[in-house]
Amino acid sequence: MYQYFYNLLGNEIAATLITAAVPLVNVLLVALIGVYLERKVSAHMQDRLGPMRTGWHGVFQTIADFIKMLQKEDAVSTEIDKKLYNLAPVLVFTGTFAAYAAIPFSSQLIGSEAEVGIFYVVAISSLVVAGILMAGWSSNNKYSLLGAMRSAAQIVSYEIPTAIVILSMVMLTGTLSLDKFSQMQTAYFWNWNIFGGADFGLVKFLLIPFMIVGFIIVFISTLAEVNRTPFDIPEAESELVAGYFTEYCGMKWAMFMLSEYGNMFAVSAIVTILFFGGYQSPVGYVGDLLGADWMIPLEQGFWFIAKGWFFIFVQMWLRWTLPRLRVDQLMSLCWKYLIPYAFVNLIIIGFISLI
Amino acid sequence: MKQYFKNTWDGIWTVLIGMKITFKHLFTPAVTIQYPDVKVKLPDRVRNRLYVNIDDCIGCDQCSRACPVSCIEIETVKGVPGEDLGTTSNGKKKALWVTKFNIDFAKCCYCQLCVFPCPTECIYMTDIYEFSEYDRNNFVYNFSALTKEEIEQKKINFEKFQAEKEAQKAAAAKPKTDTPPAATN
Repeated sequence: MYQYFYNLLGNEIAATLITAAVPLVNVLLVALIGVYLERKVSAHMQDRLGPMRTGWHGVFQTIADFIKMLQKEDAVSTEIDKKLYNLAPVLVFTGTFAAYAAIPFSSQLIGSEAEVGIFYVVAISSLVVAGILMAGWSSNNKYSLLGAMRSAAQIVSYEIPTAIVILSMVMLTGTLSLDKFSQMQTAYFWNWNIFGGADFGLVKFLLIPFMIVGFIIVFISTLAEVNRTPFDIPEAESELVAGYFTEYCGMKWAMFMLSEYGNMFAVSAIVTILFFGGYQSPVGYVGDLLGADWMIPLEQGFWFIAKGWFFIFVQMWLRWTLPRLRVDQLMSLCWKYLIPYAFVNLIIIGFISLI
Repeated sequence: MKQYFKNTWDGIWTVLIGMKITFKHLFTPAVTIQYPDVKVKLPDRVRNRLYVNIDDCIGCDQCSRACPVSCIEIETVKGVPGEDLGTTSNGKKKALWVTKFNIDFAKCCYCQLCVFPCPTECIYMTDIYEFSEYDRNNFVYNFSALTKEEIEQKKINFEKFQAEKEAQKAAAAKPKTDTPPAATN
């Protein structure tokens, strides 16, 4: 991607900016559509209608909200730690956005083709914890601090099962690069990792149940990492106002929301790449059929974004299905259930891959 | 150990059941009524804003007296003989000019007690319930059909008539005062 624009423009800075703009646009669109979709999905699941007044079925609701947010006064409490307070939203968003650098949207649309892709994503998204702690601490507000502490405890705990499942996948495929992950699960859905990978044979069928277990574990723990219900105790609306970003308003608050929705898409993308074929089409390419090679990357982009949105929808679906977990339940789910299962899964996948 | 696996299974299974329910509700039609565009059908005997059909009003003041919060103000002027005040829809002859018929809806408690005493059924409940105002004074509704000039005219007419009557009385009484009345035992 970068190389392509570099050859086209012959200017490093311009090429970098264009390459970075694609995921940025994606994050903004995810936030814009995600907020609208969340309101609509929640409304219809509760037999309501949701926003209906701005545009057809309220499609401009998020834009109206955004304009409202821009106009808001930046009300800041006097007792805050100003430096950290202003840095926190930027850091949280940076952590989210940096993860997009390694995510392949299609075979041609990759920010960085770094070999350590998945490792980089896991590492850089931990930056969000620091931002959240900063926000909670600098706000000088007990609810914010409580939310931040809970969030840190939760994210740190749930990174372990995520990492173990990712480790088992890395062990199976022998690569860390997200692009190679996607390439290995060639087109057609039965080649996806959730169905045992592309190699046909006994191993493929032995792997299927353990892949499903791995998928469930990684889905639950990434859900917890992005602070979505049922793991939303860091920002529990009903008890902590808004958790770690209670004291923020206007555009700084919007940065947190943006990063929340950006994170949702990022973890959906990771789940998609690990188990559901990344950018590969489930049913083959129209471009192959027509003999038009240039269509394939575009189709891949479409499938990747469609899969990402599907998992965002599942996250919303879970949000309006399950009540919030208590802190002890949250910890017992992670340490007593997810981690042992993930370990056993890791060992079994290791043995199977030896066959 | 058995309990552990049962917990795991229960956890996954109950979440799936819950997801099935919410998915079903995603496609059930919403119960929302989009209020300003669509309105709920009101019950038959609903009590809302009052209306006075002033053409039928005979100025009997019964509604005003029935009102528990005194929100109805009525002033009347007697008609002069020979003046045609018209009749009500149920054929009663009107005898009074209703110069003032104010209802203050800020005070009104919508009890409907004013509706029953009305002999001509000219005060009744409508189905209008959206009449919020920015100024409290706007809640005083004036139902009188007469203009200010007309009211002045009626008052002057009546006073004239009264004065004439007084004068006639005085004229009739004068000769009597000359002769002392017969003593009654």
